[in-house]
This record gives sequence, C-alpha cells and structure tokens, in this order.
Amino acid sequence: MHDQTLFLILRRMRAPLLVLVATYAIAVGGLVMMPGINADGNPERLSFFHAFYVITYTATTTGFGELPHPFTDAQRLWVTLTMYLSIVSWLYAIGTLIALAREPTFKRVFVENRFAAAVRRIDQPFYIVCGYGDAGAVVAQAITKRIFAAVVLEPSADKVAARELETGDAPILTLVADASLPENLLLAGLRHRRCAGVIALCDSDNTNLQIAIAAKLLKPRAFVICRAQSHDTQANMESFNTDLVINPFDSFAERLAMALHSPDVHQLHQWLTSMPGTSLSRRIDPPHGTWVVCGYGRFGKALAHYLHQEGIKTVIVEATPEQVQAPKDCIVGRGTEADTLHQAGIEHAVGIVAGTDDDANNLSVIVTARTMNPRLFTVARQNRRENDLIFQAVHADLVMQRSRAIARRIVAAVSTPLLAEFLSYARSQNNEWARALLARVQPTIHGRVPEVWTIDISDAGAPAMHGALSDGVPMSIADLLRDPRDRDMRLAMVPLQLQRGEQSTVLPGDDMALAPGDRLLLCGSTAAVRSLNWTLFNTQVLHYLLHGTVGPDSMVWRWWRRAH
Amino acid sequence: MNLEKVVFSFFIVLALTLNFGFFLGDIDKPEHHNVYELFATIVVNLIATVLKFGERTQIGTVLLATSLVADLELIAAALVWALSVHVIGGGLTPSATAVIVSLAGGALVANAVSVVLLVVEMATLRR
Repeated sequence: MHDQTLFLILRRMRAPLLVLVATYAIAVGGLVMMPGINADGNPERLSFFHAFYVITYTATTTGFGELPHPFTDAQRLWVTLTMYLSIVSWLYAIGTLIALAREPTFKRVFVENRFAAAVRRIDQPFYIVCGYGDAGAVVAQAITKRIFAAVVLEPSADKVAARELETGDAPILTLVADASLPENLLLAGLRHRRCAGVIALCDSDNTNLQIAIAAKLLKPRAFVICRAQSHDTQANMESFNTDLVINPFDSFAERLAMALHSPDVHQLHQWLTSMPGTSLSRRIDPPHGTWVVCGYGRFGKALAHYLHQEGIKTVIVEATPEQVQAPKDCIVGRGTEADTLHQAGIEHAVGIVAGTDDDANNLSVIVTARTMNPRLFTVARQNRRENDLIFQAVHADLVMQRSRAIARRIVAAVSTPLLAEFLSYARSQNNEWARALLARVQPTIHGRVPEVWTIDISDAGAPAMHGALSDGVPMSIADLLRDPRDRDMRLAMVPLQLQRGEQSTVLPGDDMALAPGDRLLLCGSTAAVRSLNWTLFNTQVLHYLLHGTVGPDSMVWRWWRRAH
Repeated sequence: MNLEKVVFSFFIVLALTLNFGFFLGDIDKPEHHNVYELFATIVVNLIATVLKFGERTQIGTVLLATSLVADLELIAAALVWALSVHVIGGGLTPSATAVIVSLAGGALVANAVSVVLLVVEMATLRR
C-alpha cells in the first residue's frame, strides 16, 4: 500500500523519461558525429565526454560557451537544433510531474499513505474515533489526555480543518474519509495490533450502525462504542454485541436521576470523568417536587422516564401531542408563553426542563419560567454548539449538550477498565459514602479535575517496586503514598481500588500490603503522578522511602555492604 | 500480437546484445572495444529501464532491479573511460580498458538475467 505513491509517479513518468533519454541520446550522438577542428586547426571530433558535457549545460539552458575548442558551423547547427529539442522534452517532463502533484487522486493517495504510515507507527493502545463533531472532538482529546492515542476519521474536510485550528497542543491523527466504508476503517488501523476499539460518533444513526457492524466483523475483539439517537438503532446495535451503545438523551437523564437521589455520587462521577486539569464543576442538587417538562421528544421522554423512576411527578408541555404520543393529561403548547406555563402549574413546581429541539424556544422557556418562579431548578437542552455563549448567559442550573453527555460516558468506559468497575461500584453506594470520599479527594486536587490513572506493579510498570516486592521486602499502600522528597509527607492522591487477580478491594486502607502483580487505581493531582513515578522506577528513591536512608547503588558498594 | 510487448522485449534483448558486442574481444585491448558501442549500450539500457517503471508484478520488479544494476555498472564504465581519457590523460591504457570491459561484463550478466526472466515469463504465460 505504501509504495503506491512511487508506483504512480513511475508509471506517469515513463513517457517523459523515455523522451528525455531519447533526446539526450540523439543530441550527444549527433554532436559526436559533427566534424570539428582543434586549436591547431586539425580536424578533431568532440569526444563523448565533451559532447555530454556540452549537451548537459545547453539542454538546461545554462550555456557556458563552446568547449573545449570553438565549434565549427556544423557543430553549431547541431547544438541549435538540440537546444529546441531538449527544452521541449524538459518542459514535458517537469510539466507532467507538476500536473501529477496537483492531481486530486495523487494528493489523496499521498495523504492516505502518510496517514497509514503514521498509524502503523503508533505503539500504544489506540481508539479509532469516527466523526469529528463536537462529541468526537471532546472524546478524542479526552482519550489522548489519558493513556490512549486516537485516530480520527471524518468525512468533512471543513470540520477537520476547523478542529486543527482549535486543538493547539497535541495534534490528533486525522484523515478526511468516510468511516462507513470498511476500507477506511482498515486504513485507520482497525487490524493494528494495538487497536483497542472503535468509537462511532457520526451524525447519522445509520452510519454509526454500519461502522459498528464493519468493526465487529473485521475485528471481533475490538471494543465498539456507538452513539444511537433512537431506541430502534440502539436495539439493532446491541443485537450484534456492540460493547456500549450510548443514547445521549438517556445518559443525560440517567445522570440527572443520579443527582436527584444522591448528589454526591453524581459529583464523584463528574470529578472522575472530566478532562483532567480543567476547573471543577459545581455540585448540583436538584430538588424533589413537581417538575415541568417542555417538549416531549426523545429528550423529554428520556427525562420523564428517569424522573418517574425517581418517584418525581412531572407535568408535560408539548406543542404537538399526537405526533409524539404524549400522555393524555399533557398541556398543549410550546411552553414559551406564560399562559401555558401557568396551566402547567409553574408557580408550584420546583424544576423546569426546556427540552425542545429549538434553542431559541428553550432559552425563552427558561427565561419566562424564571420570571414566574425565581426559585426554579432549570435544565436547558442545547442543540447547537454555536449557541454556547447565550446558554452560558442564561445561567441554567444544567445545560444538556449532546456531545458532552456522550463524551463523559465514553471516557468513563474506555480510560481504564478499573475506573468503569469502580464507578459502577460507586453507583451502588449511598450518598454518605460518596461524601466521605469526596472529602478525602478534595484536599489533594487544588480545585482542578484530578488525574485518574492505573499503576501496574509489574516489571514494566513499576520495576523498582516490583523488584523489591519480589525480593520479599514488605510494602504497604502507606509506603507507596510517601513523598519521594520527604518520606514523612504524603503524596496528594487517594487510592481508589486495588485489584489482585480476580479480587478487587475498593478504597484499600493504608496498611494494606502490596504484592507483585497488583493493579491500583489512583486519583490525585498531576504533580503527584510525576512524584509517584520516582517511587515506581527508581530503586534509590524506593530505598529511601522504605528505610529513610540512601542505600548503596554501585555493584562494588553493594558487595562491600553485604560483606560487612 | 501486443505491440507493447514487442517494444518491451526488443529493448531488453537489444540491451543484452549491444552489451555483449562491446564486451567481446581481448579484455585489455582498447581497439577491440568501441566507445560508440558503449554509448549505444548505455542509451538502450536506460530506455529499457524506463520501460520497466511502474510494473506491479513480482517479475516486473525483478526485471527493474536487474536493469538498474546494469545501468549502474555501465555508467561506472563510462565514468572510468571519461576519467582515463580526459582527466588523467594519456588515452586508454590496457589496465583502464580492462576495468571498463569487466564492468561491462558485470552489466552483461545482469542483462542476461533480464532476458532469462523475460523468457521465463513468456513461457509460463502461454497465450
């Protein structure tokens, strides 16, 4: 595949090169034949060497004059002819080359080859992200910030160009290509040894479906994540073992429900799945009582469903109840007028959801409802990303943006398997448990989203620790958390889960002993990640942490110490 | 009959025969080895090489490789000739002639391989 460029050049250049070779052969051969005279006036023809020299500089129109002796008229006549011939053949050759370079097919082959070569060179696990819309961009960035690389396929060249301008720091490998074509998936490295899976986030459900099928058939081991906007597609995707199907509306509603019954578990979720280093989101505490849901589309339905599960009474406001099969007792209207909202009992409600598919209407609902009842908890659905500014200005308590809702779910699922396990455990815990954990995490992170990472106590992941543990040196989590600069200080991080074989311990205590082969999920500040690496990789640092002294390092000293 | 095949085979065989013609004779006798023949060999070899460009078959790539080897050796022979006649002076000495002819001999082997491959291809693809 990668020598296609060269193949194409050679194939196209065949004719021009033949013309050039022939021209030079005729020119040089003819010039040697032409009668000439030397400095002494004796007849002497040009040798091949001189003839080739003269033709070389005349053909390229450099022109050094008549060498080695002044030419005879016959030679001049020949050189004149050859100049026209050679210039035309050079123009032909160069023209062909330039035309080739400007050809779209050639450019495409060239770009694809470079992309494929870059994909081949990836030496860490990576995900193929299909669709570089808002969700695609957030997901791609989030997974490259964690342990994975990302390769992006996006059919629209404009979107790719726009993203390139946005993402300054780490360029993400991107190809303008239609991901629903299986060959493009292969080009993006689906069969690559380190390809962990495919994330399909294209605008249309149908495209995502095609990608999911292709990925599952071409690489059954791949972890396939899909976005589905309708329950039909979702069921279809799940029917062939798509690993994770995300419905943005459902997943947002699920989160809101979580915040309703245990706000601190929700908060923990937010912290562990946001982009590390960004500022922390506010804790939300949605009230219990009657909620007004404006718009009974896919979003409204999902929200009403989850609110109902939480035992919360909802009043539906919908402009076209027949079309969306709204319940009989719904209020007919858009919700943008005070009248309808009054009918829905906004004065006694505790929350309002502006969930139509029109941003202007949603904003209008929020503003109108708030004037009628200032204490309302407001949830706004934002359909278009361009409206970011006005949605910020309206200060809704929660803004549902499809891309963000999806991105979080995906990050939680792919970043590290331990995190997904931990989060599902956390969901089953009560609010007090989460509040206690938040209180432990809070002082370590200085108001920024914490890093969440896994360490492997293996020969590759933590050579120093693994070596010491294998030698029988006992070590506990407390030792791991010591600061390499001062062993009496603690690193700013919290161990979340320890996995030993099949067994997992959530929130392991300080006195828990470590063993080779353990996997540990940690969260903490970025600085702590760097400090911890010293402990994991440097035997000297580890020795200091364990014994408080700096041990002998060189072979001779070690031998000396042992001998005495 | 395929005209492309005719032209292709013509140049490959011509390259071999010209090369052989130049190679023939005592190895250190300049008068046995004509410089015009060397020139013609180089030109025909270059044309044969370009004709092989862009072949995607396995045999096509090997053909291209043998041609490149022959070009390399013939151009080296031409350089030796230019050096001994023009740069060092004193015309073609027997030792210089021997070097030129032996290089051309190397190219001859490469060209022979080319022709053998061509014949093999023709023989296997009976059409």
